[in-house]
Amino acid sequence: MIGQDKLLNLKTTSMASKVIHAIYNDDDILMHAVKQTRAAHYHIDEVYTPFPVHGLDKVMGLEPTRIAITAFMYGIVGFCVAIAMMNFIMIEDWPQDIGGKPSFSYIENMPAFVPIMFELTVFFAAHLMVITFYMRSKLWPFKKAENPDVRTTDDHFLMAVDASHHDIDKMSKFLQDTGAVEISIVESDDDH
Amino acid sequence: MNYTLPSKLKLFAIILMVLGAVGIGAGFLSAPGSTAEVKEMMAAHGDDHTTSSKESHDSHTDAAHGASHSAADQEKHLEHTLHQLQNRPWSALYVACFFFFMIALGALAFYAVNFAAQAGWSPVLFRVMEAVTAYLVPGGIIMFVLLGLSGFHINHIFVWADPEVVAHDALIKGKSGWLNGTWMLIRAAIFLGGWITYRHFAVKFSRAGDLAKANDYSNFKKTFRISAGFLVFFLYTESMMSWDWIMSFDPHWFSTLFGWYVLAGMMVCAITTIALITIFLKSQGYLEIVNDSHIHDLAKFMFGFSIFWTYLWFSQFMLIWYANIPEEVTYFMTRIEDFNLPFFGMLAMNFLFPLLLLMNSDYKRVNWFVVLTGIVILVGHYIDIFVMVMPGTVGKSWFIGIPEIGSVLFFLGLFILVVFTALTKAPLLLKNNPFMKESKNYHY
Repeated sequence: MIGQDKLLNLKTTSMASKVIHAIYNDDDILMHAVKQTRAAHYHIDEVYTPFPVHGLDKVMGLEPTRIAITAFMYGIVGFCVAIAMMNFIMIEDWPQDIGGKPSFSYIENMPAFVPIMFELTVFFAAHLMVITFYMRSKLWPFKKAENPDVRTTDDHFLMAVDASHHDIDKMSKFLQDTGAVEISIVESDDDH
Repeated sequence: MNYTLPSKLKLFAIILMVLGAVGIGAGFLSAPGSTAEVKEMMAAHGDDHTTSSKESHDSHTDAAHGASHSAADQEKHLEHTLHQLQNRPWSALYVACFFFFMIALGALAFYAVNFAAQAGWSPVLFRVMEAVTAYLVPGGIIMFVLLGLSGFHINHIFVWADPEVVAHDALIKGKSGWLNGTWMLIRAAIFLGGWITYRHFAVKFSRAGDLAKANDYSNFKKTFRISAGFLVFFLYTESMMSWDWIMSFDPHWFSTLFGWYVLAGMMVCAITTIALITIFLKSQGYLEIVNDSHIHDLAKFMFGFSIFWTYLWFSQFMLIWYANIPEEVTYFMTRIEDFNLPFFGMLAMNFLFPLLLLMNSDYKRVNWFVVLTGIVILVGHYIDIFVMVMPGTVGKSWFIGIPEIGSVLFFLGLFILVVFTALTKAPLLLKNNPFMKESKNYHY
């Protein structure tokens, strides 16, 4: 495979969009390879793994996620919805006398509403966070998978490295030394 | 690396103890001896707004009863106040003593949990935890003496220990099979004996591990086994301890989750103390292997247990509030009416403060943030114990003044002295723990 691609490479003069797919079969080796690749100033487009690899985002130099901030805001929204909802249902719309506690005042009945405030805070934070995550990951129903190699859903790890402005031979050799079990060069029309 | 106790710290602890002892002494000396003295004190503090509000409150209830102040009523009221004021220095001593004792006990339980769960992150902190539990022995002995004095009615802080009261109180009479001085002290001896025995062997095995051959994990296995056993013993005894030592201040009232509630507060305080001592040692150049991720984990526990404590506080409160059964709600009525500020204040300190300050992941790694939150949490939980004990002993005559602050200073000084002396007894990093490497390399 490498040989063929090498020939192909010699013929190609345009430096369009070229990506090297390096495949690993161990997450520790992958982590190490990512560190080395970044240290050698190659640009990693993406890493595909069958399971979340702890610490990979930090090694890749990805920015910290901001989903926690959104979760906090969604939680506040849920909290406010709960307050408004219970106020409407229990105080304004249909006040009742429950257990000798006539519900004519929100503050006097507030302890009974705390579990609802808690639940809706969690509900809003959790659901909206998941939806946000799907949108940011560009995932929606019937979406075609962007996965370049089906083995990354099973037991292999794939690191896609941008090869546009580099010597492919040198790079392949380098990636092989990082412990890649397989290397392929992919030309893509769309640039990332 | 071995820790050496700085002479300044030792001096500081001794000064705290001396100041505290003076405060405790002043508290006992200034307690009134007769109703005449109470009358004098009330007259002297007539302009004081706490007294006047108390007076107005009293006259209000009297007016509701349609009775005027007769001389007999007046005398009865004075005698009541006299007993409350006489209880005050004892209660102050008791609250502070229990507060620092529970830190050591919580640290012991946390230590055992880490062993039983084979935690990988914490072994670098084990020596700090062992040092905190060293206070269990002196703290436990003082606690036992105080319990003896209270249980045998030398002082009057346990209402159920007064035979005069029990004779006229059907509810306490019914409970006297459990709540009597002798049996309570026997239980206390069993609890303290069990906890101290576990601590003795856990520390012994930990020290033996330092001297053993490399990769000899036999001592770890022994601690693992006794930790699992201890946790079973602890969860039963801690629950009973909280009924005996705290809940019995209101002997008519009971709550089935009280043991959990005390446990949650205990764990927050213990983990906070472990975090504070770790950060202090790091600032002195020790424990260089402890990194931000260890502090982060401790702060996560502080955050988590604060929420857990609030969950239990609310579970106890809401059910009683909702059911509105007279014998149950009196507990919260007294606290909301007579202890309004400390009761709701400690809720803000123990819940809102850690919730908002420690929610952000990054803040849990900032040492001064953890220290700041930790101090608020510790003060808040002191007030929590205060609000659990005081309504049953001093009632409306409560105040956080010289006896209370003196008692806290005394036990704080003793705690610092005992814990930091214990730190010098062994290297700060233990050897031959199979998780040591994982703990050293721990990163988040």
